[in-house]
Amino acid sequence: MATAEIPYQETVPLHHPKTWLGKYVFSQDHKVIAVQYGITAMAVGLVALVLSWLMRIQLAFPGFLEGFGADEYLSAITMHGMIMVIYLLTAFLLGAFGNFCVPLMCGARDMVFPFVNMLSYWVYLISVLVLLVVYPLMLFTDVQATGAGWTLYPPQTITAGTPGADWGIVLMLASLAIFIVAFTMGGLNYITTILQARTRGMTLMRMPLTVWGIFIATFLGLIAFPALFVSAVMMLLDRLIGTSFFMPAIVSLGQKLEYSGGQPLLFQHLFWFFGHPEVYIVALPAFGVVSDLISVHARKNIFGYRMMVWAIVAIGILSLIVWAHHMYVAGMHPYFGFFFATTTLIIAVPTAIKVYNWTLTLWRANIKLTVPMLFALSFVLTFIMGGITGLFLGNVIIDIPLSDTYFVVAHFHMVMGVSPILAIFGGIYHWYPKLTGRMLNDTVGKIHFYFTFIGTYVIYFPMHYLGFVGVPRRYYETALGGHFPDFYPLSAHYLNIFITIAALIVGVAQMLFIYNLVHSYFKGEKASDNPWGANSLEWRTPQTPPSHGNWDERLPTVHRWAYDYGVPGHDTDHIPQDVPRKESA
Amino acid sequence: MTDAAAPSTEGVLTSTARDWSSDVTTFKGVPWGKAMMWIFLVSDTFIFTCFLVSYMTVRMTVTEPWPNPSEVFALAIPNELFGWQFLESPIPVPLLLIAIMTFVLISSSGTMAMAVNMGYQRNKKGVVLLMLATALLGATFVGMQVFEWSKLIGDEGVAAWGNPMGAAQFGSFFFMVTGFHGLHVSAGVIYLIIIAYRVGRGHYDKTNFEIVEITGLYWHFVDLVWVFIFALFYLW
Repeated sequence: MATAEIPYQETVPLHHPKTWLGKYVFSQDHKVIAVQYGITAMAVGLVALVLSWLMRIQLAFPGFLEGFGADEYLSAITMHGMIMVIYLLTAFLLGAFGNFCVPLMCGARDMVFPFVNMLSYWVYLISVLVLLVVYPLMLFTDVQATGAGWTLYPPQTITAGTPGADWGIVLMLASLAIFIVAFTMGGLNYITTILQARTRGMTLMRMPLTVWGIFIATFLGLIAFPALFVSAVMMLLDRLIGTSFFMPAIVSLGQKLEYSGGQPLLFQHLFWFFGHPEVYIVALPAFGVVSDLISVHARKNIFGYRMMVWAIVAIGILSLIVWAHHMYVAGMHPYFGFFFATTTLIIAVPTAIKVYNWTLTLWRANIKLTVPMLFALSFVLTFIMGGITGLFLGNVIIDIPLSDTYFVVAHFHMVMGVSPILAIFGGIYHWYPKLTGRMLNDTVGKIHFYFTFIGTYVIYFPMHYLGFVGVPRRYYETALGGHFPDFYPLSAHYLNIFITIAALIVGVAQMLFIYNLVHSYFKGEKASDNPWGANSLEWRTPQTPPSHGNWDERLPTVHRWAYDYGVPGHDTDHIPQDVPRKESA
Repeated sequence: MTDAAAPSTEGVLTSTARDWSSDVTTFKGVPWGKAMMWIFLVSDTFIFTCFLVSYMTVRMTVTEPWPNPSEVFALAIPNELFGWQFLESPIPVPLLLIAIMTFVLISSSGTMAMAVNMGYQRNKKGVVLLMLATALLGATFVGMQVFEWSKLIGDEGVAAWGNPMGAAQFGSFFFMVTGFHGLHVSAGVIYLIIIAYRVGRGHYDKTNFEIVEITGLYWHFVDLVWVFIFALFYLW
């Protein structure tokens, strides 16, 4: 390597905090911030998990939950969706994995602007608090969490009759706007670090795919979240000062409202211009993580690395021009439907390339069925499942009858709910030893895996059938014994009960995971520096867990890509990235 | 590739590809702050784009008539000043105020560019003076915007939720978008003052004064956005 450029980070000393507060609370260390993001995201995710239990119990056994009526049900679906998509998945994949992996894998000391990075977490925390403050308010006042559905479509969102149309929605929109500020501060850091603060020898095309996934996902976030920000601001103005951006002339409860001339469809366009890239903001980091896990635990180089990178880039670009496939039933010109169906189906090409490459990586590999590998493999299966139902829904003519049924619920839970969560679990089991210096318990991990993997299929597979028989989503009462006459075959009712029981079991199984995280932190087996025999730089830090600043005086020098596993003629089965090339080998 | 003297025949594409495929930094010689500011501006561009596209969509679909901007935004030249009458009656001039505002803001971009130049010449006094001049012009712009708003609200009865001339969305979008832009200008004024102060205190003496250019990037962006707002709100 004859590159002359000295990484800037080697020339500036890092300021080490001296106080406990500076080290662990208001820390600027990317690893501490990653943990803070992770714990907060998991905590808020547990709230959403409990909400899903309440919904499932209501669907299977209507009337069983005292005081959980239609309003509470609608609030629960809204909060569940929003929390899972934004405050858990986005925050975890970019806030926790992004913060932890980017500097370590690029061979940087920290993010380029650690202070801004710290602010990002604290602003995120504020957004979570603003979101959740509605629950104490519900106990003591008559404020209700918004029940508009996570898509928040106007005009119903802010019209009387929708739960939380007065203040719940204001809290939700304010929280989203604050979240976007937090995300922007973090996202600018990730991108600048990846572009400008790599170590010597780390070219873009030598970066592990995790970093590529996070890179493109963050970029998507920075250009998609503005649309949500703008729609949140406009809807807040509609709600608070009576503008009519999204509100047409409307009669509500027999009264003509003050609004006139607004465009409800405009909100849908803005929302989905954010909402569709959001799917890939969540999916691309998961793709990256899974690519790395599969390669490490199958002891084989990732098949078609360059193709994988370009597939991520292509998916990122395409995801910006498919948004209206969420709006086929809203009414649009057939040519638009044609355009958006075409772009949507084209996305299947790069995603299929990725799936083939994962499969070909596994082909004749030395597969080790460790817990992270199990999760990575289950991600691939689940993603194929969710992706194929996506082909159904991408076609206008099949989408229209299936729209707003449980088929859609099953599709998006598989493709962007369960899949990224499986990738997150895999990533946690994979990186926990580096983060804490201890291994997670293997047996508990495997039990957790089988309950989660099989359980999610038991939950979501039957939902496809429910969708085909026409059970609509978001209805709070579809079962026998409810107040409404039975529109659905008996099988649908029994399936609902079946799904609910499975969901409760899967939910409880997650407690095993939390137990494992906490217990192993104190009592877990000590981890070596590189327990999986992985190549990427995070496993090559001088200390485990890595100290503040990650590396010694000198940053590591990278000589090869991250996927040299089982190289013929070499004495070890893996060659880390910072091992120099021998002329003869 | 130790190419201290790269062949001058190398094409743009080749050298771009070389930059992108190299290690450590993708954009050679670009400080972190500058890269980050550019990426932030890309994101901010999308915010303004969403605002403006929403405005265009609603303006094209709204059923009530849109108020005529040349009348709404007209400013009358007074016929007397301090008791001295020099005209028979006031002359309403379309877009007079906004022309002055635009002139002020564009001039501030000029002073900003000169400040950046002074920075690279390491002329600290020049940087501080020119940045403060830029801040002053920016503050003048915001002040005139306050005047414009109060005239619209007070004299013409335009509110965010309705107005006597036509479609309510006229006021809604006008106040929202110019307000958002005004916030950007105000933030920029504060940013300029802080940076000018720190330059004066010798905070950046060990650097190449890139910070001045970074501030300038933000400022020019805010000006550029104004050009679009100007065209879409006042000229359409």
